[in-house]
Amino acid sequence: MYIPVNDMLKHFKQDAPAMANITHKSDQWSPYHDNSGTVLAVGIPGAVIVAGDTRLSNGYNILSRDATKLSQLTDKCVLATAGQYADFIALRKFLQQRLQLYEFQNEVQASTETVAHLLSRELYSRRFFPYYTFNLLAGLDENNHGVVYGYDAIGSYDQMTYGVQGSGQELVVAVLDNQLKGYNKINKTIPQTREEILDIILDCFSCAAERDIHTGDNVEILIITAAGTERIVKPLRKD
Amino acid sequence: MLKHLYDTDCVTWSPQGKLFQVEYAMEAVKQGSICLGLKSSENVVLCSLKRQPSELAGYQEKQFKIDDHMAIAIAGLTADARVLCKYMRTECLEYKYTYESHHPVGRLVFKVAEKSQHKTQSGAKRPYGVGLLVAGIDPNGVHLFETCPSGNYYEYKCQAIGSRSQAARTYFESWFHLFEKSTLEQLVLHGLSAIKKAIMEDEELNEKNVEVGILGKNLKFTHLNAQELKDYIAKLEGFNPNSQIQQE
Repeated sequence: MYIPVNDMLKHFKQDAPAMANITHKSDQWSPYHDNSGTVLAVGIPGAVIVAGDTRLSNGYNILSRDATKLSQLTDKCVLATAGQYADFIALRKFLQQRLQLYEFQNEVQASTETVAHLLSRELYSRRFFPYYTFNLLAGLDENNHGVVYGYDAIGSYDQMTYGVQGSGQELVVAVLDNQLKGYNKINKTIPQTREEILDIILDCFSCAAERDIHTGDNVEILIITAAGTERIVKPLRKD
Repeated sequence: MLKHLYDTDCVTWSPQGKLFQVEYAMEAVKQGSICLGLKSSENVVLCSLKRQPSELAGYQEKQFKIDDHMAIAIAGLTADARVLCKYMRTECLEYKYTYESHHPVGRLVFKVAEKSQHKTQSGAKRPYGVGLLVAGIDPNGVHLFETCPSGNYYEYKCQAIGSRSQAARTYFESWFHLFEKSTLEQLVLHGLSAIKKAIMEDEELNEKNVEVGILGKNLKFTHLNAQELKDYIAKLEGFNPNSQIQQE
């Protein structure tokens, strides 16, 4: 039936008086916790660099100063995850098991592209109770050039040259846009060498640690090349 | 083997107390090409002779990785071996997922034996026609097991199964007292020497028809590649186990 707009509020208040005094309950148990932290990955010709801080938090508390967010899945690719740590562990276990089975069945390790698609499908399989994970998959493609795939919680993904996820995402990605792509840069020099890019990444984490309370303690960096994996750990602010 | 009465199925005993179907299944293992295993306090080595159905065909692989810490060598029906291999791999993956550690070797061999025994006590089934040599390392130590179609399993210091394996076992009987303290290289050379005893007169060992897999406390299971095999086979000429005694 037709209710004039001006009368709408009156109408509903009369019809359902119980609804008038409803207050929202905000203390229901949630299966999700954000353990925060920041991860980033940059792909360059011949290598990919993945980095993540090692702080695990819950609200204003620090749970660990030494918890890795990076997981090497094959010789050529690494998963970097921000979000809920328990879901990261569960996702990592699933992928490790599934990739070992792939290796048994196909007698060769899965390519980065294959792992990327597998991750997407696993995330979507939990469309109605998602993994609370914000992932980056960084690896070497078939030509041993660095590639980065970025995901949302339910598996939508795309290939990127660099990506950032986590609590410091907005702080860091703006710096990378400027430094690696030259956006809004007056003097457009793009760094080419691995060392320059490593310096930028370390600076990014220092910046994030300054302003984001959930990022800090240490930054763990993995550099994947066709020759193997190198690991660097540098300290960050501990407050 | 001649045909016997009472051998039609697995659920019929013979008056002498034999299950002929199970015995025939063990014959299938004896017809497979030789594979052997030997262990020291630190390493296990598996050696096998690969068969080539014809000159046009490839060589049949006889060793399969089950997990980083475990591998099998097969003798008998390859198709049956594939089934057991898949089962063992799945069990190891599930164990690793649940307990975040490697499947204990003896426990997995026991599971395979249970599966094999089940096939010997059913009217509609036949036993697996394959014998496995299971090499593995777990916190209990370094292991080499043999499984049978009968569902029995045994742990060994060294063992050879398949065609002409008695010759290899005779070699082992002479030299196995040295294996405990042998280096990995010495173990491989002993394994290859044993296989050499079991090949036919007109055959020769080369990197194409022999397969060697090695496993160690800090060494994940790997196959030796063609070049490494060539080098070892070349070293066989000058290999004298007696010199190993003098070292100790």
